Amino acid sequence: MENEQEKKQPVPPPDKAADAESGAVEGTVAKLDMVAAAAYEHPLPIRITHWANAISLFVLVASGLRIFRAFPSFGPKIPEKVLLDIPKSLTLGGWLGGALQWHFTFMWFFAASGVVYVAYQVVSGHYRTMLFTPRDISGVWPMTRHYFFFGPRPAATGQYNPLQKLAYTSSILFGALALLTGIVLYKPVQFSGLAFLFGGFHLTRVWHFAAMCGFLAFIPGHLIMVVLHGWANFYSMLSGWKREPEYQE
Amino acid sequence: MITRLEDKELKRQSRRQLLKLAPVAALGVFAFPKVSDRLVAAGVRFSDWASGGLFRSQHPAQTFSDSEVVPFAKFPYNGYDVLDPEVDFEKWTLTVAGDVQRPGEYKLEQIQALPKLNQNTRHVCVEGWDVVGSFGGTRISDFLTLVGANTGARFLEVECADDYYESIDMASALHPQSLLCYEMYGQPLDRGHGAPLRLQMPTKLGYKQAKYLDTIRVTNVLKPGKSGYWEDQGYSWFGGL
Repeated sequence: MENEQEKKQPVPPPDKAADAESGAVEGTVAKLDMVAAAAYEHPLPIRITHWANAISLFVLVASGLRIFRAFPSFGPKIPEKVLLDIPKSLTLGGWLGGALQWHFTFMWFFAASGVVYVAYQVVSGHYRTMLFTPRDISGVWPMTRHYFFFGPRPAATGQYNPLQKLAYTSSILFGALALLTGIVLYKPVQFSGLAFLFGGFHLTRVWHFAAMCGFLAFIPGHLIMVVLHGWANFYSMLSGWKREPEYQE
Repeated sequence: MITRLEDKELKRQSRRQLLKLAPVAALGVFAFPKVSDRLVAAGVRFSDWASGGLFRSQHPAQTFSDSEVVPFAKFPYNGYDVLDPEVDFEKWTLTVAGDVQRPGEYKLEQIQALPKLNQNTRHVCVEGWDVVGSFGGTRISDFLTLVGANTGARFLEVECADDYYESIDMASALHPQSLLCYEMYGQPLDRGHGAPLRLQMPTKLGYKQAKYLDTIRVTNVLKPGKSGYWEDQGYSWFGGL
């Protein structure tokens, strides 16, 4: 059913579209309102995994912070140097055991949504819209300048600009890091080879925490951009369709 | 790809796609304790089931050289209640019960007469800290042979002098590094670390390593609601590394 758009052929007469933009005749506007440009941005598997991932990530971060409270250090137990005192109100689970239950439950949803997401991206070829490649490097600075220093807006070239591609691609890497280090922390003996790659159990805890920090850096930016760019962005992750996309092709 | 769609069609699509999200939205109900308690309990059960499947019965935990072991003073004393339940070493015996051919009372000398294994392994606490320590004792599997245990049974239950209790899966109990530990750092176990006898299994988290052992029972059925002191409050039962 994702292909329904193929049946609906483009209809709008270009001259009238121009009229509508200049706010011309009342009747014309009403008629044109019936027709909207839309791009099918997010196939169903992407949308499902996106939301499953969003929920799991929320639970995993909140319960993970509660787990960290039990030993808020990366050093030895004796003497224990408290690195961070995380407020209880930011955490989930109530106590270490409760937080572990949430963590051990949602780690499976997180892993499953991650695996399905990456597999779908690769098999469908859809990853080309979001994968950051060396070709995107030159576009990062102009986009950064636009967002943070009110520079001119670079022309949109595709569904995602280079800065977005960088953010999305790194968030996938954070996910992979979180998952792999999580496996090591959960089963350091059974996955001793993987534990060795990360420098042993003790150091893996640091990488696991770092992966979370990566997400914590990504998520606020992601949410702010969605808000700034309007409802259409949020809606397209629900329906797949984005109205009036700002890019061509 | 830009496509032009009738506005009505676009709205219809959106609504229908929204419905498809219902299963995801349903995750929101997990915010309610009654639902979430059951969900996470199921999650932990599933994790424990997966853990049992992932466990490699002959795969050794990493061992360390003497220079990598932390000094004895930096090996934490951990107890849930008291660190010294005042065990009378003169009268102490280990009670063996359940699915065994030779149940009864076993003296520490009988356990120490079995082959001794010294190992420097990592002790991992559920809280997240870890410490490499030095342990000595006899393999649980050797002791189970001595008492004629049915190693086809599913569980080993232990009770402790401080009223702590634990249960472990037979596969983990039979692991070649799973010890009935009576020495640390080449010295007899001290009272704070669980004298005269404790479990020491580098394939398990710290809370599974019961101290001040009193009774060992081989069984196929755990006492309901008595699978382990912390487990009964919500920790993972398998607790495997």
